[in-house]
Amino acid sequence: MKILSRIYLILVFIFLYAPIAVMILISFNSGESTTEMQGLSLYWYREMLRDSATLEALRNTLVLSISSAVISTVVGTLAAVGIHRMRNRFLRGAVMSVTNIPMMNPDIVTGISLMLLFVFVGTLLGLESYLSFWTLLIAHVTFNLPYVILSVLPKLKQMDKNIPEAALDLGCTPIQSFFKVELPFIMPGVVTGFIMAFTLSFDDFVISNFTSGSSFETLTIHIYSMIKKSVKPDIYALSTLIFAAVLLLLVVYNMSDRSERADAKTEKRRTLRFRGKEGGAAK
Amino acid sequence: MKKSFLERASAYPHIVWSVLFIIAPLIFVVYYTFTDADGAFTTENIARLFTSNYVLIFVNSVCLALIATVICLVIAYPLAYIFSRMREKWQRIMILLIMIPLWMNFLITTYSWMTILEDTGIINSILSVFGLSVHMINTPGAVVVGMVFCFLPYMILPIYTVMSGIDEKLLEAAADLGCSGWQRLTKVVMPMSLSGVISGITMVFVPSISTFYISQKLGGGTFQLIGDTIESYFVGTAINYHFGAALSLVLMILILISMAVMNHYTDAEETERRRIK
Amino acid sequence: MKKLFFAVIALAALLMLASCSGGEHDDLYVYNWGEYISDGSEDSLNVTHEFELYYKELTGRDMKVHYTTYPSNEDMYAKISSGTSNYDVIIPSDYMIERMIEEGLLAKIDIEAVCEKYGAECYYDYIGEDYRGLFYDPDDEYSVPYTYGRVGVIYNTTMVDEEDLGGWELMWNEKYAGKILQFNNSRDGFATAQYMLGSDVNSTDSEVWRRAQAEMLRQKPLVQSYVMDEIYNKMESGEAAVAAYYAGDYFTMLDINEDLGFYYPERTNVFVDAMCVPAGSANKEIAQLFINFMLSPDIAIANAEYIYYASPNSLVFEDEGYIEDMGEEAMEILYPEGFNFAEELNSYAYRNLDSGTLELVNSLWEDMKITGGLPADVYVTAAVLAVGIAVGIAVIVIRKKRRARFY
Repeated sequence: MKILSRIYLILVFIFLYAPIAVMILISFNSGESTTEMQGLSLYWYREMLRDSATLEALRNTLVLSISSAVISTVVGTLAAVGIHRMRNRFLRGAVMSVTNIPMMNPDIVTGISLMLLFVFVGTLLGLESYLSFWTLLIAHVTFNLPYVILSVLPKLKQMDKNIPEAALDLGCTPIQSFFKVELPFIMPGVVTGFIMAFTLSFDDFVISNFTSGSSFETLTIHIYSMIKKSVKPDIYALSTLIFAAVLLLLVVYNMSDRSERADAKTEKRRTLRFRGKEGGAAK
Repeated sequence: MKKSFLERASAYPHIVWSVLFIIAPLIFVVYYTFTDADGAFTTENIARLFTSNYVLIFVNSVCLALIATVICLVIAYPLAYIFSRMREKWQRIMILLIMIPLWMNFLITTYSWMTILEDTGIINSILSVFGLSVHMINTPGAVVVGMVFCFLPYMILPIYTVMSGIDEKLLEAAADLGCSGWQRLTKVVMPMSLSGVISGITMVFVPSISTFYISQKLGGGTFQLIGDTIESYFVGTAINYHFGAALSLVLMILILISMAVMNHYTDAEETERRRIK
Repeated sequence: MKKLFFAVIALAALLMLASCSGGEHDDLYVYNWGEYISDGSEDSLNVTHEFELYYKELTGRDMKVHYTTYPSNEDMYAKISSGTSNYDVIIPSDYMIERMIEEGLLAKIDIEAVCEKYGAECYYDYIGEDYRGLFYDPDDEYSVPYTYGRVGVIYNTTMVDEEDLGGWELMWNEKYAGKILQFNNSRDGFATAQYMLGSDVNSTDSEVWRRAQAEMLRQKPLVQSYVMDEIYNKMESGEAAVAAYYAGDYFTMLDINEDLGFYYPERTNVFVDAMCVPAGSANKEIAQLFINFMLSPDIAIANAEYIYYASPNSLVFEDEGYIEDMGEEAMEILYPEGFNFAEELNSYAYRNLDSGTLELVNSLWEDMKITGGLPADVYVTAAVLAVGIAVGIAVIVIRKKRRARFY
């Protein structure tokens, strides 16, 4: 049984990593082919770094994903606080269902619906070209928001309602109480939301494809136009570098996070055990 | 009174944003569906959807998405079970390993799959050493492989989350009460992991039914899926926002219905459990 | 704890800002076919970068060229006519220029006047006599020719038998099923069928177009995929055996795969691609400077040698070094002896079609593209799975009802 499950695991991982392995291998190809290895070299890395369009696209992508992540984190955190405190059940349900729409809808529908909006408003205003950095930013914030809200809300639910009230009783203004008491408590959720927003918008292609114009090209759009042309290994070199960066970031994040997570885990186990007892009693 | 201001106002930016950029765009999809190029009301776009070619496109997409989803489920379920029985440290590493491919751009990985599956590609050059060859690229099978690769982690993660939450003691209790290994799986683990399965299914089915690019690259030119068709009406050669909007509207409704059905069953499940308690 | 992570993010943001502070510069948006300019890859001349330097020298201002590509005339037309994006220089083909002039999408240009204003040397006069006043722009008010050429059939000599060569029929030959590539744009695609049938590619008779569509549908099961720029990788790797494409690109592929062969079928399209400025351009003068720059000898030769298309620029086709670099075989295919350009263009170019015909062509093309189902076994599998899922749900529901009664 044990051996069988090992073999199974290995097979699945081969499947998941085969294309990545191919990508890394071919990025070191000395020839032009993307199917046949002709020798090892760093030639395509040099070619890629020389291509100013790629570097500009990378910079654009960073600008876009950081700014959209910041905006959606701020708006989303505030929204989560507001939704958490909403007393009107109906309103709360309505807001939550609308929030979920971009998550449930296929990306392509979100993309074209935003494009139609921009096209309509753009023609109405008589603009020469209306797809730009700003339309992209709006689109990215829109699809990031639900992820931020959904990672902050559970943290708010975990918080004891009496704590902020205690802060108010002790003379904090509501603003102070929010920044000094609530925000530190929900911070892990906010950080998770920010990271999710950043990675989602860094990696997004489908929605960007419909909402970007000529003046601002993101990395994924650039890759798409590169793939439409004759594909050379430089594009694999680019992805290999991104892969390495992601790996580094994940490892750093996991190491810095470990001690904290261990705390959270024991906490969780304690609550689970407690709840288990409660459940048993109810039965 | 200051407090109630914070209470009330903090969700407003989000509400305004949602109305402007979530609800309004959807209204525009409906608006474009029911108008022609001159802005006059028409139902022609909807009528055109029900001609044989377009119905076939929908059927194609549903079929491939269904097959891909089932394959994902079949692969992911045992995998999630194996993960959840591992030591905690290993669980973390495994989940990280599952998530890393998600970070790779799907345009590139799909292109890599082309390199792997082509007639002159990696698998066939290995096979040719033994004098064999298999034609894989430009078939529906290749598209399914591409979809399964892209969306498999979305099936594994929710199922794993639910399974790792199952208390070991429940299984021990079942064993004490005389359940065999198989019975423990079917009577304890499976019912308890149902909610993970269902969210996994929606997370795989929705993107695979609307996928584009994967089918263009791996499927060749002989059949088309709904995502490619929609794209071609918006950024391709056949520009027609009105008909493209109609296609997306129908796709959206199709998906919302299937989600509603899914949710109906999970909800029924939950209320049931609560009642039993 | 998380400080390290934030430090990484902050560092990225800082780097980004640092590279952002490039200061003020002029912009130029160039929208061109894929693989249609010398782009600096593999030690060639990077034309857009050279233009930035040239512009700096000429005006003392910084310049940033934004270069993007399109796969076909129709894709480009869709972008420009929808107005979603703005471009300053585009390079459409003859029939598309005719259409865009008619629809008011192009701006009038006057290279000489702009050159005079900026004090730049003007190269417009070097365009050969044969390539002026062509049918799509009789007074040369909107366009400056960039390249010309003909469509031919590219095949892999190791996969295609000698006796099958010669005509368009090769692309319908069942022997090569699954190894044939077809154009992914309506005019070029339908034209392959129309030339084979011997009918008129500019016909206004809907029957002619329907017949061409029928041929395309007959061909569809044999076609590996419908491609534009994707053709390079597929032909170079030997993944496909037969494809119709533009003559110049054959040599680009030949550089990598020497097993490729090429021929012109008896009747085939002749085209001119010319540089134009869209009416919506915000930088019309800079655009014309760019066009003039593209005509200057070093740049024009670098482009012609990189893309292998025939050039209408006398600074190129009369240049000894260029002729030598291209080699005899290429010169024969690109500039065949006794090829009367004006006459051939008049009889074999695509013309702009009236709007009714255009609409018909587009819908026939769309129709052709979306026709076709999956193999039957896929449907059967899906149906079986669907039934299985339905049964599964039913079992769960029934069991639950029973259990509910029990409690």
